[in-house]
Amino acid sequence: MHSWEQIKNDFPIFSNKGKDFIYLDSAATTQKPRVVIDAICNFYENSNSNVHRGIYRLSEEATEIYSQSRSAVSRFIGSSDPRQIVFVRNATEALNLLAYSLGRSLKAGDEILLSIMEHHSNIVPWQFLIDKGVKLKFVDITEDGTLDMDDLDSKLTDRTRIVSLTHCSNLLGTINDVSGIAGKVHDNGSLFIIDGAQSVPHMPVDVSSIDCDFLVFSGHKMLGPMGIGALYGKLHLLEEMSPFNGGGEMIREVYQDHSTWADVPEKFEAGTPNVEGAVGLMAAVNYLKDIGMDNVRKHEKELIRYTLELEQESRAVNLVSYGPRDINIRGGIYSFNLGEIRPLNLQDTLMDDNINVGSAVHPHDMASSLDGDNISVRSGHHCAMPLTHRLNVVATSRASYYIYNSRDDVRMLFEAIERISKVYS
Amino acid sequence: MTDADLNSEILLDHYRNPHHHGQIENPSAKQLEYNPVCGDTIQITVRIENDRITDIKFIGRGCSVSQGTASMLTDHVLGLSLEEVKKISQEDLLDMLGINLGPSREKCALLSLNTIKKCISQYENKSRS
Repeated sequence: MHSWEQIKNDFPIFSNKGKDFIYLDSAATTQKPRVVIDAICNFYENSNSNVHRGIYRLSEEATEIYSQSRSAVSRFIGSSDPRQIVFVRNATEALNLLAYSLGRSLKAGDEILLSIMEHHSNIVPWQFLIDKGVKLKFVDITEDGTLDMDDLDSKLTDRTRIVSLTHCSNLLGTINDVSGIAGKVHDNGSLFIIDGAQSVPHMPVDVSSIDCDFLVFSGHKMLGPMGIGALYGKLHLLEEMSPFNGGGEMIREVYQDHSTWADVPEKFEAGTPNVEGAVGLMAAVNYLKDIGMDNVRKHEKELIRYTLELEQESRAVNLVSYGPRDINIRGGIYSFNLGEIRPLNLQDTLMDDNINVGSAVHPHDMASSLDGDNISVRSGHHCAMPLTHRLNVVATSRASYYIYNSRDDVRMLFEAIERISKVYS
Repeated sequence: MTDADLNSEILLDHYRNPHHHGQIENPSAKQLEYNPVCGDTIQITVRIENDRITDIKFIGRGCSVSQGTASMLTDHVLGLSLEEVKKISQEDLLDMLGINLGPSREKCALLSLNTIKKCISQYENKSRS
């Protein structure tokens, strides 16, 4: 077992930025360990050439590395066959692929069930289908920020074709019971898609035992480079689906008036793929596997436990936070506010006393002030505007943890929040 | 204390104790602008006489940068001619604040300048028609 302190030393950015630098924005993107950076350099220095088709050895080598990356990612999420992994740019692209490809067979009146805690990437691609008469429904949340299962049951109907839910909310940190939901969805005869952008990097995720039909995730949120992500899909489903992007690599034959498609997964990978990204992602999953995803989850659970403890003790004025208090269903994400600023309804008349001084610190002020203390957090709607509206706040500040964060980071965060609370009150 | 610290302190003071806060009855122009991303909102009412700003008030809500800048800017433009206000550039405003805000927060600062300029456009369009 690695020591967490040693793990931090594997990330060059922490020695380059100095020891005061505290990075609490891993839900947006993670820092990269030396092995990932080296793997990318090594590919360009020793193995670079275009994949597929090439007859010469270097091209075969690049193709082999690309295929090894696919196998590594496939094993990492418990998929039984690497052909079930399609490399994409990120979770967003994977969801766009699914909305486009699955959407082609949907008809007016068909329903897609999402939840109010989805990232925009799991909402907007589905909205493109509204023109066809497809209806979007949203599962609500309960007071503690978990999915309202009664609401889910009532909205899962015989018109529901697809259910697409996040495994872990990027704002609340809620970990949804995707295994339990998969059973319900399949009993209903619907397809089940999981947005794993915030779960695959942080906890063991096994598609075979969850029995989801699709799972999407981004490489850059799990130590890998930007611009690479994966779509997992059950082989028979991927085989039945129409392609998304057209072009080279994804065809078998092209005629003037039609084409035939390559086998899965190439059918979905038009154009020269991001081999550098796939290689970097392989290095990332190998690194994570070495630490053990159980250990990653345990570490983050400890950090969120400590966070909620410090929050209880904090003297910051009007400190509120969101998401479940039960750390067993809570990822390493802490969204908070010092007082709440309501979203503006333009019909509301602005009142003279609405400047909020003393009653609330705007999350942008919070993030700027924390940055002054060398603490990086995100502030805003976190690409989940329907959720911030549901919570009746214009924005939140968000700290999100990963393997290189420590209890000290959390303690420094709360010391800074208290100080900022004094400055603004 | 560095100049930047001092300027931040001045901005924060404007945020805590805003100047020209409120609304003018029967204004020459009134505009409300907001940034949906962060929810910053500014409403400005102005009185314009002989092409000069003779009174200005704002109300709003949002971060210290958006609200503090609105307070400072209302101080600055009061008494200026419309032509003078129209000439205030984004750079002028950021120079006036004297803090390095960074691109994401410059939008907060620019909200009140845009609102004042929209007031002037509204007034001029009204006078022309």
